[in-house]
Amino acid sequence: MTLDTNLTHVETAADWQKIISENENVMITCGRMGPMCIPVYAVMEQIESEYSHVKFADMMFDSPESHVIRNAPEVRGFMGIPFVMYYKNGNVVKATSSIQSEDQVRAILNENFGEPVK
Amino acid sequence: MQYDVIVIGGGPAGLTAGIYLSRARLNTLILNMGVAGGQMILTHEIANYPGVESISGYKLSSIMKKQAQSFGATIKTISSTPEIVDEGHLKKVRVGENSYSAYTVILAPGGAPRMLGVKGEQEFKGLGVSYCATCDGEFFTGKNIVVVGGGNSALEEAVSLSRYAEKVTIIHQFDHFQAFPAYVDEAKSNPKIKFIMETEIREFAGDGKLERVLLHHKKSGIEEWFNAGGAFVFIGYQPNTAFLKDILPLNDRGEIGVNADMETAVQGIYAAGDSIAKKYRQVTTAVGEATVAALAASARTWELKSNH
Repeated sequence: MTLDTNLTHVETAADWQKIISENENVMITCGRMGPMCIPVYAVMEQIESEYSHVKFADMMFDSPESHVIRNAPEVRGFMGIPFVMYYKNGNVVKATSSIQSEDQVRAILNENFGEPVK
Repeated sequence: MQYDVIVIGGGPAGLTAGIYLSRARLNTLILNMGVAGGQMILTHEIANYPGVESISGYKLSSIMKKQAQSFGATIKTISSTPEIVDEGHLKKVRVGENSYSAYTVILAPGGAPRMLGVKGEQEFKGLGVSYCATCDGEFFTGKNIVVVGGGNSALEEAVSLSRYAEKVTIIHQFDHFQAFPAYVDEAKSNPKIKFIMETEIREFAGDGKLERVLLHHKKSGIEEWFNAGGAFVFIGYQPNTAFLKDILPLNDRGEIGVNADMETAVQGIYAAGDSIAKKYRQVTTAVGEATVAALAASARTWELKSNH
């Protein structure tokens, strides 16, 4: 089962390992189809074409496979979905909890992965 | 840059206007504030949109966006607040360093959930401050939490959160609730729910996560810290119209008044969707209003184009 978005879906822990090891810059939003998560998926879809150097993906929060994100040390204390993870060369460089605006997402992407490729 | 019509807002009203205008061969710019689809994208299932048995708001907005683009509408996402200048037969819209002009403008900026806007709210969002009980309720299992608000959502969600939390305290600024009596009765009969009336939250605080809120008792003026491991804010919606207050008259709720052609008090500026003064807010009403606005704007635009 996957989320109802046009993003790449990470369905298993093995998928997650593959995507963060095969891509230098990765943003994964782990959430549900709810009011705090959907705006973040929509932002990702909206800006995906601009950030060709970043791999955008989502993962179902309620899947047992998402333990790779739910149990990550970087999300300890998080009390709002989605949990959004930013990976560079397989390492977490930033993690956020709850809804984020396009400006907030862009600021994190620009700071950690570089500005959109013209 | 010159367009025929500029639409401000990319929700169902803005996208519908874009579809009608671009099909009418008008060079149309949609300035999208936030994510395309507006509040509609949050609707899990839309089952009352004629001709479509069932669809998610997310999918419907994606189709509307593609439809508008396929007819030639340009959609730009903006992060700065637009400023409209009425120059008679031309309207200018400034967004940051960019300036666009058109014969007519359709306003469809929609609405957004209201936030408290107090110290610490942004800092503790996702770390104890939440706006969705269904999304985040489980993170507050066994905690002492507060719910802010006095409408149907606040009372209903307080009951829902009592399944997880040890204790739920409803903080409300008035001495009575706006919620339906049935919701109030259900909350009052729940032993886990307590009430603090005529009180506002002035600050959220904690060490890395929310631990306490600063209460301001309106009647006595006394302020005191209240221990809370979570805070859920349900204080309604507001139209995204603050940027219009210098160019248009807004009512006391910040809504835009329109006539039967969906034209505002300023000739050549039309409005549709959740930001206008009206009783019912549905995807279908937004789409209908935008259709009228687009047809009226289209007629005026063609007239102005032929005269200038």
